[in-house]
Parts: sequence; C-alpha cells; structure tokens
Amino acid sequence: MESPVFSWNPLYDFQLMWSYPFMVNAFRAGAIVAVVAGAVGWFMVLRRQTFAGHTLSVVAFPGAALATLAGFSLSLGYFGFCVAAALVLALMRRGREPGGSEESAATGVVQAFLLACGYLFMALYKGLLEGPQALLFGSFLGITTGQVATLAVAGLAVLLALAVLGRPLLFASVDPQVAAARGVPVRGLSVAFLVLLGVATAEAAQITGALLVFALMVLPAATAQVLTARPGLSLLLTVVLGFGVTWAGLVAAFYWPYPLGFFVTSFAFGLFLLAHGARFAACALERRRDASGTAALAGGAA
Amino acid sequence: MNPVVAAEPQHNADQHNTKQQNPVPTAASAAGGPSEAGGQAAPVLCLCGAAVRVGGRTLWSGVDLEVQAGEFVAVLGPNGVGKSTLVKVLLGIMPAAEGEIRVLGRRPGEAGSRVGYLPQRRSFDPDLRIRGVDVVRMGLDGDRWGVPLPWSRNRREQQRRVDEVIELVGASGYAHRPIGQCSGGEQQRLLIAQALVRRPEVLLLDEPLDSLDLPNQSAVAALIGRICHQENVAVVMVAHDVNPILHHLDRVVYIAEGGAVCGPPSEVINSETLTRLYRTPVEVLSTQDGRLVVVGQPEAPAVHADRHDDGHGHGHGHGDRRGQSDRRGHGDRRAG
Ligand SMILES: Nc1ncnc2c1ncn2[C@@H]1O[C@H](COP(=O)(O)OP(=O)(O)OP(=O)(O)O)[C@@H](O)[C@H]1O
Ligand SMILES: [Mg+2]
Repeated sequence: MESPVFSWNPLYDFQLMWSYPFMVNAFRAGAIVAVVAGAVGWFMVLRRQTFAGHTLSVVAFPGAALATLAGFSLSLGYFGFCVAAALVLALMRRGREPGGSEESAATGVVQAFLLACGYLFMALYKGLLEGPQALLFGSFLGITTGQVATLAVAGLAVLLALAVLGRPLLFASVDPQVAAARGVPVRGLSVAFLVLLGVATAEAAQITGALLVFALMVLPAATAQVLTARPGLSLLLTVVLGFGVTWAGLVAAFYWPYPLGFFVTSFAFGLFLLAHGARFAACALERRRDASGTAALAGGAA
Repeated sequence: MNPVVAAEPQHNADQHNTKQQNPVPTAASAAGGPSEAGGQAAPVLCLCGAAVRVGGRTLWSGVDLEVQAGEFVAVLGPNGVGKSTLVKVLLGIMPAAEGEIRVLGRRPGEAGSRVGYLPQRRSFDPDLRIRGVDVVRMGLDGDRWGVPLPWSRNRREQQRRVDEVIELVGASGYAHRPIGQCSGGEQQRLLIAQALVRRPEVLLLDEPLDSLDLPNQSAVAALIGRICHQENVAVVMVAHDVNPILHHLDRVVYIAEGGAVCGPPSEVINSETLTRLYRTPVEVLSTQDGRLVVVGQPEAPAVHADRHDDGHGHGHGHGDRRGQSDRRGHGDRRAG
C-alpha cells in the first residue's frame, strides 16, 4: 500500500481510514482488545501477577504457531493455549497461601518450554510468509470481520465476569486474609482470575503480538495507578488510556511505515513517563504548600 | 513482657505431667453443652474440649472457653504456642481436631460479617495504590458480588459509616492517602476501622496493639474496651503485653504448650498458676502502678534457645519479632 499522507484534519483522516475495510476492522478489534486488556491488566498490576501475565502472553505464540501448522483456526490456537496455560498455572499455585502473588520458578520453566515449542512449530511450517514476526510483534492487517466478532464475544464475557467478580476480587487481591475470613473464596477467585487473564492475553496477542501484550496489559494500568489511588477512577482511566493509545497507534501505523506494536508501546510508555513526572511535580508542590502552611500556622500561633 | 530472666528454668516435667490437671478457674464453664439449649445468656463464643493439630503436632488441647457478649478476653502466651491458630479456628479458616466450637451459635466460619477480624501484622506493599478508605470500605461491602450502583442511597449511607468509623479510630488525617504510604501504626488503625466497620458482634483481634507506640496502645485499648462494654461486643484479643489492656479485661486465656488456663486476670496471671501451666518456675511481679511483669516465662530469649534445642521446632515466620528478641538476647548473653 502506498503510504497515505497525514493531513492534520482529523475528520478527513478518519474518513480516509474508514474507507478501507481492513482499517475499520482494526479499529474495532483494537477498541475491544484495549478495553478488555486494560480492565484485566488493572487487576493484574494490583495483584502483582505480571509475570503470570507475561507467561500467558508468551504462550499465545506457540498457540498461534500450532494453529497455523495444524491448520485449525487461529482464534482457537490463541484462546485454547492461553486458557489451558492459565489452568496449568492455577494448578501449580495450588496449596500456596491465599493471595497467590508470588511467582514461581516453575512458571518460568513452562514459559521457556512453550516459547521453544512455538519456535519449533514455526520452523516446521515453512510456508508462512511473514514468519514468526507477526505472531510475536503483532499486525493489524487482515483482521477479518469474523475475528472481530470472536474478539467481541470473548471480550464481553470477560467484562461481564469482571463486573460480577470485581469487588471480591479486589478484596482478595488487597487483603486476602480478611477476605478469606469473610467467606470470600480467595482460591477460587485466583483461579478464575488466571482464566480471565488467559482470555485477555489471547485477545491482546492477536493485535499486539505475543511479546507486546504488555503494552496494553500493564502500561495503561500502571499509568492510571500512578495518577490516582481511587480504585473506580483508576480502572476507568486505565480503560480510557488503553483505548486512546491503541487508536492513536493504529492511526500512526496507517500513516507511517513503522510497526503498530512500536507505536502503541511507545505511546503507552510516553504516557507512563508523563504520569510519573506529573505525580512528582504534584508531590513537590504539595510539600511546598505544606511547608508554607505550617509556617503560616506557626506564625499565627506566635 | 519483660524479657529479663531471673530464674533458672528447670525442666522437671514430672511434677505436673497431665495437662488436663491444669486448673481451669472458669465460672462459666460449668455449662455442659453448647448453646443450643437457648437460655437468655447464650455464650457468643464457645469452645468445649477443643484441640488443634498443625502438621501432625498438637498445639493445644482440652481448651474450654466461653465468652459472653460484652466480654473482653485476652489471649496470652509465648511465640508459636498457637494464639493466632486459636483465632483462625474461631474464624473457621483452620479446623479444630477435637471438641465442639460455636461462634454466635453456629459453626465457625458461618457467622460471616457478624465477626470482625484483624489478622496479625499485615503490612501493605509500599507502592500499593489503594487508599485507606478503600481498604476500610472493603470491610463493609468487599465480599459482595456485582457492581455497586454509584447513585443509590445505600451507598451514601455506607460512605457515612466508613467516615464515622475512621473518625472513631482517629485515622481521618491519613485515610485518603494510599495505604502503602501510611506508617505501620497508621495502617494498623485503618485495619482496626476495617474490622469495626460492619458493627460486628464478635471481634477477633490478633495483636492489634502491635506496632503502635505506648500512648497509642492505651488509646486503642481504651477504644476497643469502650466498644466492647458499651456496644456489647465480645472481644477476643491476642496480645503480647497484657498491661495496656489490663484495666479493660474481663478474662484472660493463657496458652502454654499443650493446654490453656482461663479466668479473671488476677487468678491467671500469678506465680502459682503460670508455674503450674508452664511446669517451670514463673514469677509474676506487680509494680507500684499496677503493671504486671512476668519473669521466667519460657518466652524470654535465653530460654528461647533451649526451646529450639528441645526439638519442639518453633520455626515460624514472625521475622520481625524474632529479630528483636534475638537482638535483645545477644545483649543479655553478653551481659550474663
Ligand atoms: N500453616 C501452617 N503449617 C504448619 N505449621 C503451622 C502453620 N501455621 C502455624 N503453624 C505452626 O503452629 C504454631 C503456632 O502458630 P501461631 O501462629 O498460632 O503462633 P502464635 O501463638 O500466634 O505465635 P506469635 O506470638 O508468634 O504470633 C507455630 O509453631 C507455627 O509454626
Ligand atoms: Mg500469632
């Protein structure tokens, strides 16, 4: 495709992009994936399960590679492998203290093995044009309407499950002992969350590729948690940031000849740095105000 | 308690070899069965011949205890003896190996939000970005499924209750900061607020005075005593030092390896009872201002080493306290 020129007229630009069906599908899929990955990622960051999340996202690669090799549907490869890996992780965690935030070496072992399997499947299947690159680093070309529908259904299921489980899950993540004493099924929630994490990574991996899932899973959530400590607001902000970053990345990748994963990740990373800067500035300001406030108080008392 | 060891510990265990012979000066324990009989003063908590086993080892057995509404009971004893385990058994997190246990007339774990719980020494990750109010609020509705409606009247009422209880423990100043950034004592107060927020009928507090300074210890002890006696809440508090709560206490449970004694503080915390319980000379001194100092109790560091050599294996994960006593232990040893 000859690169179109960015006109700085958003209306015109969007009209142009919307005239390509593959872009419409990319925007739709991006929106779904951003919202789902953001919401699940927020809990993942809070529960410090990023390593588990990373393992699941790496598993997406052999899943997709095997689907290509064996000739079954890519979606099945992604979802099947990620959910199965989530269940294996849950099984490996069994018998630990509730909370489950600790990561084990076994997780890393599984991750390395599956990554190697993926590489083997790629090597066995020589016909794929792009090689492992698209599976690892993502591509927004050629997302079919059927794929978008699958993403939407799975995403909706994840969001519904999160809506139902959200509050006890938050309780069990922050304060597992008291939650368990209150009758919250901490272990069950931990397993359920891993499965949700598996589905969400399988979704995100189809857009960002297996290795850059974290751009959508971790960065928006980490950014939002830097900006606010209110759970509701922070969750909302995560979703909005993820959505914004994804669409901005798609626009950039449409107009400039660089990969989508690079744009999405750098935008998200830029926001993360900005948020840290903003918080630092706010803290400094508050400290100065506090200092002058106490000085005024002391002066008043004197 | 004061770690100074005056007496040489002597292990003449033959003197009192059966735990069941431990005196149990409990007035209430005359009632035989659990509370099914009804009666107007059915006990809120009831243990009858309870025993608990952890990893094949019996921590304590033959424990009888009944706690009425509005009673303040302290659970005392050396490290690793099973105080926290007692609380967990009452919560239904751990099963009892023997005996009958009733909490509010039901089996442990079935009373739900009518029981408030403060686990031992929790500290939050320094960069956990959740505010203190949110943690308190989880105590109120954190176990509900589904999404709360942001505009319901119920919600405003809940917000009021959260603010009220935070005010009650005096944590308003820092409740809106991320909890990871609060000091240990501030976190502890917020967690006490979390335990109180649903107006429980039973409060199970595992070392709530831990990591509070002395003035705050007595303030929080007074607060818990007030809630206990005014609002008729049964309080079971695991404590390491009985002195800050001594004035508020109705009863004491002293746990030793094997069994336990319970009764009014004056009947339990004295030289005779503790000597019999620990089968080693223990002396209780009373200072002029009414503080109690237990001397020679096997909790003290010099004896701590003995206990490990005995093969009782009290390896447990309360690193901070261990570190402290070890440090003190070194001082003692060098002095001795
Ligand atoms: N899950 C477990 N598995 C094996 N042993 C356990 C477990 N939980 C507790 N224990 C053991 O049970 C004993 C009692 O533990 P518990 O936490 O009840 O002690 P404690 O009286 O509360 O001590 P402390 O004063 O240090 O808090 C300890 O020796 C501990 O090692
Ligand atoms: Mg304990």
